[in-house]
Amino acid sequence: MSEAPFDAAAHVAHMERVLALPIAPQWRAGVEAHVVAIAGAAALVMSFPLADEVEHAFAFEAGVFGVDTSEGGR
Amino acid sequence: MKARELLSTSAVEIAAAVRAGTVTASAITDAALARIAALDGRLGAFTDVIAERARLEAATIDAARAGGAELPPLAGVPFAVKNLFDIEGLPTRAGSKINRDRPPAQGDAELVRRLSAAGAVLLGGLNMGEYAYDFTGENAHDGPSLCPHDPSRMAGGSSGGSGTAVASGMVPLALGSDTNGSIRVPSSFCGLFGLKPTYGRLTRAGTFPFVGSIDHLGPFARSPEDLALAFDLMQGPDPHDPHLAARPSLETSAALGRGLDGLRFGVLGDHFARNGHPEAFAAVAHVAAALGHPPMVVLPEAARARAAAFLITASEGASLHLERLRTRPADFDPDTRDRFFAGATIPAAWVDRAHRFRAWFAECAARLFESVDVVIAPATPCVAPKSGTKVLTLDGVDMPLRPNIGVFTQPISFIGLPVCAVPVWLPGAALPIGVQIIAAPWREDLVLRVAAALAAMGTVAAPVATGEKTW
Repeated sequence: MSEAPFDAAAHVAHMERVLALPIAPQWRAGVEAHVVAIAGAAALVMSFPLADEVEHAFAFEAGVFGVDTSEGGR
Repeated sequence: MKARELLSTSAVEIAAAVRAGTVTASAITDAALARIAALDGRLGAFTDVIAERARLEAATIDAARAGGAELPPLAGVPFAVKNLFDIEGLPTRAGSKINRDRPPAQGDAELVRRLSAAGAVLLGGLNMGEYAYDFTGENAHDGPSLCPHDPSRMAGGSSGGSGTAVASGMVPLALGSDTNGSIRVPSSFCGLFGLKPTYGRLTRAGTFPFVGSIDHLGPFARSPEDLALAFDLMQGPDPHDPHLAARPSLETSAALGRGLDGLRFGVLGDHFARNGHPEAFAAVAHVAAALGHPPMVVLPEAARARAAAFLITASEGASLHLERLRTRPADFDPDTRDRFFAGATIPAAWVDRAHRFRAWFAECAARLFESVDVVIAPATPCVAPKSGTKVLTLDGVDMPLRPNIGVFTQPISFIGLPVCAVPVWLPGAALPIGVQIIAAPWREDLVLRVAAALAAMGTVAAPVATGEKTW
C-alpha cells in the first residue's frame, strides 16, 4: 500500500491541537512551508534502507550528570 | 608598535607584547574599546560591552607584571563571546528577546573562565541569530551583524557578531557555537579562520543550548596559531558537562609547523561538488592546488545526512522552546518562530530514523578516513549575500536562503568531525569565501596544521577589514 500524499495543512492543524500551539493565522503559511521542507527531508531519510541492527549514535552512560536538581526541573 | 596597531595583529603577538612589557594590557583594552565605539554602530557586532570589567581585568594583569609575576599565555588579549555564553551579571539572551527576562548569570561560562584564567580580557557579548537557528547573522531584536569587508552584506550566522568583531579588528579572538555551520559560515562570509572542534571535545557548561545532540563550541581568529592556542587552553574535563567525551587533551600548537609532508588529502566530490556558486568551487580548487591536486573522494549519502541533521535540529530545537512557543510566540524573531512551530510537529519516527542514520553515516566517514587524513570541501555555497536577502539560487533552483546556506557544513557537523574553515581570496575578488579543512574525529591537530601550512604559503589569509573610511 502506498502512502497518501503528505498534507502539510492537515498535519499542522492536527499537531497544533495536540501540542496547544498558538499559531496565529498570519504565521500559518510560513509554518506550513517549513513543514513541507521537513517532510521532504524526512522522505529522504525514511527511504534509506537501514538495517534493523543499526542503533542510535547516542552514548548514554548511567551515572551522574551534573544537573542542578535543587529547584525541581529548572 | 602602538596599542592600536597591535590590535590588528594576532592574539599571540598581543600577548607577547604584553608579556614583554612593550605595551600594557590596559592600553590594548582601551584601543579595543575605542575601535568598538567607532565601528560597532555600523556593523552590529556587540550586544553588550563590559568596559568596566575589562578595564579592571587589564589593570590586574598590568599590576601583576609590575610586581614581577610571570604572565599567562593570553595576557591582555581582548576577546568576546556569542551572547549564548554566560557572562556574569548579564542575562544570557541567546539572541532572543525572551531570554532577557532571565536572571543575570551567576558566573561565566566555563570556556570564558578558562580563557580569562589564561589572561584574556573579556570585552562583552556578541550578536547572533535568535536561539542559534540561523545562518545569516540577522536578528529582529538586535539588528543584523554585517560583513566588515562590505557592510551592505550579511556576516553569516548564527555566530554573526563573532565574525564581525574579529574581521573588523575589534578583537583578535572570539567564541561562537556551531550546530550546523554557525562558526564555519560566518568564517566564510567574513574571511576568518574558524575552528569547529570534534563533537564532545570542548565543554558547553554555562552556555544556552540549541540542539544538544549536535551543538559544538569553538573559536574564531585571524590566524591558525591563535585558534590553536585558544583551543589548547580551552580543553580539559568538566564534571558539569555530561556531553564531554572522556578523551585526553590534544596539544595542537606544537604541531602547527610540521607542514603538509606525509599527509594524504582528498577533495570531497558528489554532494560537495554541486549546489554552489562558481566561487565556492574555485576556492576549493585554489586550496587543492596548494595541496598538490589531491584526488576526488566521496562521502556517500551526504545529502541524506544533511536531511537527517535538518530533522534532528528542527525537532530538538522546537522541543527545547516548546513552552516559550506556547506562552510568548509573538516575542520570537519571525524568521525563527515559524521554523520552531514547524519543528514541533515532527513525528518521532522521523527523528528516530535520523539518529540511527547518523550512526551509519559516521561509519562511512570512518571508512573514508582509512585512505585519507584530511579532506576539503566548500564552507558556503556563495560569498556573503546582501543583507536582507531571502532567496538563494543553487543550480538554477530558487530556495529559501536561511536554511540552505549550510548545504556543505551540515553533513560534516552532523557526525561531529573537526573542521577548520580557512579564508580564500580569489584573484581580484572583493569578498572572501571559506573552505572546510576536515579530518577524522579527534584530529584537530591535523586541520590546524594544514590551515597553518596554507597560511604560510599565502594560499589563505584573514586580513582585518580596512574599508571603514569608505563606509
